[in-house]
Amino acid sequence: MKINPKLSQQLSYCILFLVTICAITPVVFIFFLIIKNGVPNLTIKFLTSMTKDGGIFPAIIGTFTIVVCSIIIVFPVGVFAAIYLNEYAKRNLLTRLIKLAIVNLAGIPSVVYGLFGLSIFVMFCKLGVSIISGALTLSIMELPVIITTARNALNNVPYSFREASLALGMSRWQTVKYIVLPNAMPGILTGTILSIARISGETAPILFTAAAFYVPHLPHSIFDQVMTLPYHLYITSTQVPCVSKTILFGTALTLLIIVLTISLFAIIARLYFRRHRKW
Amino acid sequence: MSQIIAKNFNLYYNNFHALKDINVTINEHMITAMIGPSGCGKSSFLRAINRINDTIEGVTTTGQINVLGQDIYNKKVNINALRRNVGMVFQRPNPFPISIYENVAFGLRVNRILTKKNMIDIIVEKSLRDVLLWKDLKDKLKKSALNLTLEQQQRLCIARVLAVEPHIILLDESCSSLDPVAVQRIEELMLKLKDQYTIVMVTHNMQQAARISHDTIFMLSGNLVEFNTTKNIFSKPIKRETQDYISGKYG
Repeated sequence: MKINPKLSQQLSYCILFLVTICAITPVVFIFFLIIKNGVPNLTIKFLTSMTKDGGIFPAIIGTFTIVVCSIIIVFPVGVFAAIYLNEYAKRNLLTRLIKLAIVNLAGIPSVVYGLFGLSIFVMFCKLGVSIISGALTLSIMELPVIITTARNALNNVPYSFREASLALGMSRWQTVKYIVLPNAMPGILTGTILSIARISGETAPILFTAAAFYVPHLPHSIFDQVMTLPYHLYITSTQVPCVSKTILFGTALTLLIIVLTISLFAIIARLYFRRHRKW
Repeated sequence: MSQIIAKNFNLYYNNFHALKDINVTINEHMITAMIGPSGCGKSSFLRAINRINDTIEGVTTTGQINVLGQDIYNKKVNINALRRNVGMVFQRPNPFPISIYENVAFGLRVNRILTKKNMIDIIVEKSLRDVLLWKDLKDKLKKSALNLTLEQQQRLCIARVLAVEPHIILLDESCSSLDPVAVQRIEELMLKLKDQYTIVMVTHNMQQAARISHDTIFMLSGNLVEFNTTKNIFSKPIKRETQDYISGKYG
């Protein structure tokens, strides 16, 4: 049976719209719940005092440093690898295997990365349970995502730009540096923003590598272990009896705000590059 | 004097033999047109002259092409310097997504040929004057090059090439995306430029070849069938295939 085009158009519009609503409803609901219950607890004292005084300041510092450290590691490594794969690598079996491996890496459960980090960074490299171990573990976990999104962004830069640049006598690296990379930057940064959000909330990879149940002082260096927001949230909500609900929601809201703040930097950088890209 | 000399030049895309034993001598300060049906190898040959074919995987060559007295397929050749000497304008206008000024200055800046702002300003103005864009665009140099019309974009691409002061300019069907009026104006520009530059153009438009070129190369299935002055090619071609092509029997 053939439905007339007008009807099928309306039908598909309705279905697409309803599916979108279904997709965003849980997110909106979670946001609403966290904000409603978290805001009353979001006091200066809660944010800036130590754990023994009922605050979450050490966890904020811990999450912030781990996320920033891992982005500093993963961003250049991921982008350079993506440049190699997209701009230099010949299309042979090895390259295809590397690409396949990268895609598969993204499918590994995060707890496996945690155990990997424990055995390699914490024990083998003797870095101990520390910020740097956690950051490295998160970097390895996030590397496939950054490489894949960066490669897509590089690939989306029209080939004619590369051709024009090479024909003007630019070397391949000059072409990458002055033409391809600036034009791919907004896309690369979008991938980075998503990665920041993901690694900020991850618990499993830092469970064995960086996070501590309770540390009475702030970290002195990147070789100290720290408290982190997601782990703190997990511990206080499951292991510690009689914790007020508002403290939990306050912690969750703080985590949300930190993710948004770090992402904001990437978003500002993306705006900057978009403005310079005029197409 | 001759500037481009091909000797027994062959080009393969993997196993596909795209150019077969090309021998030709292209003269300087003239417009030489390459004509032939689609897939005859005219673009491949043009793109061999600045070695932009190298960017495609699986391309191999044998034989020689001498440009300005140098075998460009010699391992010691500096490809980047070669490409500055042999500029190329592509089929579709492809200005960079940056300002008009930066487009023209790009080659100078990146290669640090010039670093002083006022020197670059002079070259940018000169290049834009040469392609007759200066009058229209001199107050909009900071604007994006992508807001220009197609014709202006193609002129800008020519200016971008002129700025690095090449000796030879290759045009790969550079008028095919333009409207007839724009084509005519670009042709006038080319006639003006040929006094200073050697111009080699690929075109699918025989009338265009007849109008503006001095010499014409006719190619078919990877072979260079006939090379002669444009007048002779169009009035008394020697080869049967040339005759058939220009009379419109195929292509």
